This record gives sequence, structure tokens and C-alpha cells, in this order.
Amino acid sequence: MQFMPSLYTAAMRMTRNPQDAEDLLQETFLKAYRAYGGFQEGTNLKAWLYKILTNTYINSYRAKRRRPEESELEDVEDLYLYRRLAGAEGASGRSAEEEALERFTDDEVKAAVESLPEGFRLAVLLADVEGFSYKEIAEIMDVPIGTVMSRLHRGRKALQKALAEYGLERGLVEAHPG
Amino acid sequence: MHQDNDDAAGADCEETIERLYWFLDGELTEERRIAIRLHLDECGPCLKAVDFEAELRRLIADKCRDRVPDGLRERIAAAIRLERVGHDRND
Repeated sequence: MQFMPSLYTAAMRMTRNPQDAEDLLQETFLKAYRAYGGFQEGTNLKAWLYKILTNTYINSYRAKRRRPEESELEDVEDLYLYRRLAGAEGASGRSAEEEALERFTDDEVKAAVESLPEGFRLAVLLADVEGFSYKEIAEIMDVPIGTVMSRLHRGRKALQKALAEYGLERGLVEAHPG
Repeated sequence: MHQDNDDAAGADCEETIERLYWFLDGELTEERRIAIRLHLDECGPCLKAVDFEAELRRLIADKCRDRVPDGLRERIAAAIRLERVGHDRND
């Protein structure tokens, strides 16, 4: 059962619920086991497993909860978080902004990812957590590469905004960037 | 000859920020990647912003990990064994 830790992490971000994540992962591995005859040696096993995971999630779990539609994702300016951390105090060595980043907790980062509408959440997860290329993500999600790029672009910015809001609550982020 | 924006010369601040994600994703053409690299060699503010975005990405990947719950591996292995047994009987 290769790639189990990363597949479990992805299942958690998709379902946002440990019980559903466990069921989703079990179903994914069972389907992979049954379909393994159709897997071609030399192709990307990790991407193949992610495709099964993504399809299983979309078919079995997505309908359970209605989420805001993707068009509701507002436009966010470039370098949103960076500009808001720019005034943060930091110790010597690394930049103040990078130091401020470290203060975000695991739970805040996970919650920020989970706050994204589904299509954006999956794209960001596959790119930024799992390191898949645009082409691989397009194949896993079964959408054109242009769609992957626009979801990544807008999803990453929305993620920055969500993080900035957590930061603001905890006083890590300035309300009015200089 | 018309002047193409994508000349091999260095990029400017606007292009660097606009193509920042493609740059970090390794999804630019070699020519534009080099053009942005050249710009970053001489533009401190852009370099700082790009470094920040790269650091943010590392942080997201690091902080987004969940530990596989105890027993899940065994549960899935058992489900696959069951599947295999069922399959053999049907043969």
C-alpha cells in the first residue's frame, strides 16, 4: 500500500472528516486492487492512485454536502499575504515575512485549504501538497490544463486570503498593509 | 519588425509577479524562466516576494500532513484479502 500517508492526507482535505477519509481510502485501495490489471507498467502509479481517489471522492462523497459554487470565489490581489505580513516583526536571519509564516499552526493551514471550494481545493492540494505537474493534475481531475491553471491561480490567492484572516485574528497580520 | 514582449532579454517586475506561479511550478518555457531568473538577480523586491511565495508553498506542504490512523493499514489489508478470497472462490 504505497503512498498511503499522502493519499490519507489528500482524503482528509477532500472529505474534511476522519471517518469519511478512512472509508474513501479503503474504497480507493479496493478499486485500485480490482483495476490493477488495467494499470500500465511504466506509467505513473502515484497519479493513477490519485485519479482513483479523486473519482471515488467525486462520485461517492461530494453529493453529501453542498459547498459554495466556484464562481463565488472572489478575485484576490497578487501577493496578498506577503503584503500583509510585510510589517510583521521578525528576528534576524530570515525575512520578517517568512518568520511570520512559521507562526501559522498546522490546524490553521489545514482549515485554510479546506475552506476553498472543491475544484480549487483539489487543484491546490495536488499541486502544492503533492507536487503534481499541471498535466498530471489535468489528467487526475479530468479537466483541461487551462482550467487547472486558473483554479490554481485563484485557489492559491483565496488560500492566502484565508490565512491572512486567521493571522489577523491572532495579530500576526496587519489590518492595513503599508 | 514588431517588438515582441517575449524577447529573450530579462523580464520586468510586472511579468515576474504575473508569472510567479508558473515560474515556481516549473511550467514556464526555458526562455521565460531564464528571463525571470535574470530579473530576480537584479531586483531585490521581486526576489523577496518570490522567495516568500516559495516558502509559503513549503509551509503548506509541511503543515498539511495527517498521520495515518492506527489500524487503517490493517483494515484495508484485510478488506483486500477478503476481496481476494471471494475472487478465488468465484473462479
